[in-house]
Amino acid sequence: MKYVDEFRSGERAMRLAAAIRWEAEPGRHYRLMEFCGGHTHAIFRFGLPELMPANVEFVHGPGCPVCVLPSGRIDNAIDLVRDHDVILCTYGDLMRVPASGRMSLLKAKAAGGDIRMVYSTRDALAIARANPQRQVVFFAIGFETTTPPTAVAIRQARAEGLGNFSVFCNHVLTPPALAYILQENARSAGIDGVLGPSHVSTIIGSGAYEPCVAAFSMPVVIAGFEPLDVMQSALMLIRQINAGRHAVENEYTRVVTRQGNAKAQALMAEVFETRPTFEWRGLGMLPHSALAIAGDYAAFDAERRFAMPAIAGSEVKGCLCPSVLRGVDKPTDCRLFGTVCTPENPMGACMVSSEGACAAYWSYGRFRRPAAA
Amino acid sequence: MSRAHRFPARLDVKGGTVDMSHGSGGRAMAQLVEELFIRHLDNAWLRQGNDAADFPPAAGRMVVSTDAHVISPLFFPGGDIGSLAVHGTINDVAMAGATPLYLSASFILEEGFPLRDLERIVAGMAEASRQAAVPVVAGDTKVVERGKGDGVFITTTGIGVVPQGVHIAGDRARPGDAILLSGTIGDHGVAVMSCREHLAFETEVRSDSAPLHGLVARMVEVAPGIRCLRDPTRGGLATTLNELATQSGVGMLVEEERIPVAPQVAAACELLGLDPLYVANEGKLVCVCDAADAEHLLSVMRADALGQEAAIIGHVVADAQHLVQMRTAFGGHRIIDRLAGEQLPRIC
Repeated sequence: MKYVDEFRSGERAMRLAAAIRWEAEPGRHYRLMEFCGGHTHAIFRFGLPELMPANVEFVHGPGCPVCVLPSGRIDNAIDLVRDHDVILCTYGDLMRVPASGRMSLLKAKAAGGDIRMVYSTRDALAIARANPQRQVVFFAIGFETTTPPTAVAIRQARAEGLGNFSVFCNHVLTPPALAYILQENARSAGIDGVLGPSHVSTIIGSGAYEPCVAAFSMPVVIAGFEPLDVMQSALMLIRQINAGRHAVENEYTRVVTRQGNAKAQALMAEVFETRPTFEWRGLGMLPHSALAIAGDYAAFDAERRFAMPAIAGSEVKGCLCPSVLRGVDKPTDCRLFGTVCTPENPMGACMVSSEGACAAYWSYGRFRRPAAA
Repeated sequence: MSRAHRFPARLDVKGGTVDMSHGSGGRAMAQLVEELFIRHLDNAWLRQGNDAADFPPAAGRMVVSTDAHVISPLFFPGGDIGSLAVHGTINDVAMAGATPLYLSASFILEEGFPLRDLERIVAGMAEASRQAAVPVVAGDTKVVERGKGDGVFITTTGIGVVPQGVHIAGDRARPGDAILLSGTIGDHGVAVMSCREHLAFETEVRSDSAPLHGLVARMVEVAPGIRCLRDPTRGGLATTLNELATQSGVGMLVEEERIPVAPQVAAACELLGLDPLYVANEGKLVCVCDAADAEHLLSVMRADALGQEAAIIGHVVADAQHLVQMRTAFGGHRIIDRLAGEQLPRIC
């Protein structure tokens, strides 16, 4: 497959692995946090930990949009379906995320709720057009990558006068989360470098992380999602760490620029405004870390249309997702991992999405060891 | 004998729809059976019109398998629910190393379903049955009220006879055995997904739906000691390998680079965030055999139209945890797990 195979070459991987072994100083331990779930997925899918020397370790970050969505917001969505009989359109990842009281969207659907899995905001608009007598709500989640399409949908709905369409906005912002992680890390000093977001950075630009890097003296390398990208970025981080430098470097130059996508940024600024504060599962309330629909487009805001209350969701006792998301604990440190919490029956959000650290550990590496030949 | 005279007017296949009377057991049902089902599936057993088809017992061990088909959409590139219902059951029978002999088909029709579409489906089924030389000798039709079905559900049952000396079962894989795959994976699932209403992407991928009993017969002939055969349908290759590993109490190690995936399928999966290892196939088989038989079997498979891209994809290992592992093209290892539920698309 063109533009993909080039970045999955085993031969190049071996050369990069040799370079990493050469550059990683034996007396040193390198803890590299990959911010995004997409990186976590690639690391396990391609078996990267095996290719790294023992003193280079990947630590999984909070960049899995499904994982950081607080359960109260899913409770909200379930209430919309149950109490207001709306058609709820959602990305597939969200279906199995545990909500309070052992509920999930999948269970709400089985109980008769009209919940539809969509691939894009366009599908949600089409459903709204086809069902003029029903209220259609798009459950918008994700970082800056998925935000512009939501903005386009809201603008489109207004242009068409699509009065039965609204958006339950849960879009969150990456830099505040990174700042929080680094601030926490300043106390525990567990992370030596960060593999920065890839698709998010195509929108916001690598420049968006510069204040953070300066404030916390932390090396950051914007890394693509292909396995060679991840390895190359790890090498770049190791070089920065060895040299005692801290800068935002960009490995993903084939799509990421320093400025990012100006058009998408303008669109986001037009349709959304920053919330004063927002809850992140595992990280708590982070100031200015999420978006709400701006006043001009308030008519399409499901939270206002249905007067949705703030719900404090309940988490399963003993679930270590919060500290896994901060890179403090590993999935295998959790007593629920693999015992009561499995992908079949997830207790915490990190076990649901294939980008969640727990699900990745479970699916790809739970008994990591070479197969007997 | 001119049966058409028994009914005042011919069945309106062009503009008509299924209604409750077609399942009532009365004249309307008799006409549907005669003018649509028997007309296409025609054979001596159906023409007898008895409640049960009769045939002499075969010499040897017999196998039976049944499979319900509820696919949406009903028509897809490379087939339809009718041909799929024939291939699916023939393949299940063939995976015992057996020669399929007879099929039965049970239809659940939804009130309001266009007779024109039903005829297309039955014609597709008849064509598949003829090509495979396995007749549909018994059938049944029921009609459910509008909204209580999804157009058409078809359940087919097949019986077959196993050649002397062949004993194929899922629990016979042993460490050291070779694992063969008859061709590219993921074609059926991607073809079906490409025409689902909410996805609708353009692709030239066609379903691989095909009857595998001919290929199996040739394989069994040269290697009667084949240990396991299974068609990786729902859940794809990954699920099939896990089933065999669990049943046999062994582990498996496969090589990513040896598993054939058509470029269009790989691209579609990449876009949709799916893993071809978990995508359904309807015309492929996995074979576990003694390593000494592997090369010979491979050449026999490759000589068959349905096995041209066959490959030895890995081998069976001793593993108390019964894990299926894959050596990635990248040089690492990963566990090929069973899916928790349906494969869900990823967000970014």
